[in-house]
Amino acid sequence: MDTIKIVLAGQPNVGKSMLINAMSGSNGLKVGNFSGVTVEKTELCFEHHCHIFEMIDLPGTYSISGFSKEEKVAHNYLLNEKYDVIINVLDSTHLKRNLLLTLELLKLNKKMVLALNMADEAKKEGIEIDIKQLEKIIGVPVVLVSANTKEGVEELLEKVHEVADSQERIKSNILYSDAMEKEILTIERFLNQKGFKLRDLSNREVAIRVLFEDEELYTQLHDKPIMMELQPILLKSLQHLYTHHETKDIREIKANEYNAIVRGIHLETVKCQRNRGKKDLTKKIDEVLINKYLGIPIFLFLMWGLFQLTFTLGAIPMDWIDKVIGAFGNWVGSNISNNFIRNIIVDGVISGVGAVLLFLPNIIMLYIGIALLETTGYMSRVAFLLDGFFHKFGLHGKSFIPLVTGFGCSVPAYMAARTLKSEKDRLITLFIIGFMSCGARLPIYVLFTGAFFGADRAGNILFLIYISGAMLGLVMAKILRVVIFKGKDEPFVMEMPKYRFPSFTLIWHTVYNNAKSYVKKAGTFILGASVLIWILATYPNQPLLEKSYQAKIEKSSKDKAKKLENELKMKKLEQSYLGKIGKATEPLFKPLGFDWKMTVSLEAGLAAKEVVVSTLGVLYAIGDNVDENSNALAHELKRNISFASAMSFIVFVMIYLPCLAASMVFAKEAGGYKYLVYLFIFTTVTAWIFSFITYRILI
Amino acid sequence: MKLSELNKGDRAVIKKIDTSEDLKIRLASFGVVRGSELSVEAYSLGKQTIEINVEGTLIGLRADEAKEIEVKKL
Repeated sequence: MDTIKIVLAGQPNVGKSMLINAMSGSNGLKVGNFSGVTVEKTELCFEHHCHIFEMIDLPGTYSISGFSKEEKVAHNYLLNEKYDVIINVLDSTHLKRNLLLTLELLKLNKKMVLALNMADEAKKEGIEIDIKQLEKIIGVPVVLVSANTKEGVEELLEKVHEVADSQERIKSNILYSDAMEKEILTIERFLNQKGFKLRDLSNREVAIRVLFEDEELYTQLHDKPIMMELQPILLKSLQHLYTHHETKDIREIKANEYNAIVRGIHLETVKCQRNRGKKDLTKKIDEVLINKYLGIPIFLFLMWGLFQLTFTLGAIPMDWIDKVIGAFGNWVGSNISNNFIRNIIVDGVISGVGAVLLFLPNIIMLYIGIALLETTGYMSRVAFLLDGFFHKFGLHGKSFIPLVTGFGCSVPAYMAARTLKSEKDRLITLFIIGFMSCGARLPIYVLFTGAFFGADRAGNILFLIYISGAMLGLVMAKILRVVIFKGKDEPFVMEMPKYRFPSFTLIWHTVYNNAKSYVKKAGTFILGASVLIWILATYPNQPLLEKSYQAKIEKSSKDKAKKLENELKMKKLEQSYLGKIGKATEPLFKPLGFDWKMTVSLEAGLAAKEVVVSTLGVLYAIGDNVDENSNALAHELKRNISFASAMSFIVFVMIYLPCLAASMVFAKEAGGYKYLVYLFIFTTVTAWIFSFITYRILI
Repeated sequence: MKLSELNKGDRAVIKKIDTSEDLKIRLASFGVVRGSELSVEAYSLGKQTIEINVEGTLIGLRADEAKEIEVKKL
């Protein structure tokens, strides 16, 4: 079967991910990941008319000639990789702005199809687009689609087939401003006279590129004899353009020309009846949500609500899951006769993985919240509201997006920081993303707040933890800005997308995929870690100790025997490998009020934060068999850990290094492992100091 | 006058954009060029950021950037 390789390119907020979903959904074979903000190119395949469609979803960019990292990713891919067709996705309701990117894409000289997405919305707004005329002007097939209603999706797929198979290209009829056209004509005529030919480019195209100082073309023209004669003509033409546009910056001239072209195309192809109902809606919502005085309180209230929901709504299925896991453990335990295997499965695997699975409902709630923020268009408003405030801390309003993503998972957050253009802004943001507690830390907080504050107050405490983490991050950003990353700020220019009703499918995909990877991690990585920790906690065998206790137990009464048994378990644990590791490093954490069990859990948490809970699960399950009553672990913690130690533990977890996977991504995004070393020192020292303060105040 | 001096609800046309080259290009990719018409939609607290509507696209700007855009009130 033949493969058609398709690249999707488009500006942000045009519904590219939705469209991919609609295109593959009806033919569904394999769907890739749908991270809320597409920062890395994502790939997926499906079958259509005996062809395999291989899709590459590029990050949404307003332009491909800019300097941000995302734009570079998109530009490099489009320029250097092999593919068959570009699908340029546009928002039908913002055709003018979207066509600016189209003009840049046309310059690539590749096979292309224009997909005018959100056609249904445009119709509702009374926008009528003359497809035939648009095709004639830009010389590329155009299809009206709606990812929402799936209208036109099939036609789009057909068109892709057609374009992929066709050899010839329709000529485009894009006209520049009169001044520019005059110069193009002069140069084109000269090139024709000389019988000049370069690659598959028409002489008109060569003329345009020469005028726009296209670097690639210049390197090719450089050593051609024609350059000699071309130069004086070109200089004169440029001089004319400079006067006409009142600037000597050719990039600015190009931008002005493109804007003029797009305005012309818009005039010729779009009829807009005065029906601005939908636009007014966005305006009305903005009146409230970015209101001078109400905006920020509303935002804080929404965030608070999200954390309350995460805790209260998430707590309901938690009880069920806890019961099921407890019952499952008992059932498995009663069915395995071999002592060693039973212990490793019940105490190692089930209590470890179970402790992590328990928090799945919380994680799902949190991801729903973040997905809602992203897809409705509210996220950009918050960046708008907070920029003034963020700016004071040396951050950029746009940093808000990676920072909020950081509440979900640090990995996509580190990648989302690519939207920041200035290197310094990006690095500062990368350094403080860890202060936004990720979803994997949530179980630890839920466990401790549930144990030490009770369910009714836990939601508020949880909110407080997240807020104070974020605040601390801001202060750290300011310190980094003043001490290390000095320099000019990046300007704040950001589109405020139209408010859209959140798409159920897209949210479902995001949440489902995140939940899936969480469970997958519990089933693989955390399962392995749990077994490892169990083994470390059980070995080496201590036959001597056991014997001496066995003898004592046999002699004593029933009550006393039980006590001795637990004492034996504790002693064994202390002398296990894990106990030894914990004991060896305990002095480092002693001033923070941590015993060796907490110390070990923290150290294991460097691999993944979920492991903290599962380690605690394994360590504290040993004193008692896995309990069938709910929240057994919370109960154990409250019995064994003082309030001050627990709070100090929360603070430490809040601040210290994110998991291994995130650390690797951080190193990659920041630009080297040396940054990871800095981050390790920075977070560990900060965590230690703040935990120490917390512990000393509370004790 | 400067864009930052407009009041909420004012309409204006851009006369001149006097900023760094990079920012000019960025603005242009949003359709903000000489001759574009805009209206001021909202200000955040303390006029730190401004939301403008340029031919149907809503754009958020920092006041520092808005100061560098020369406009003529309509």
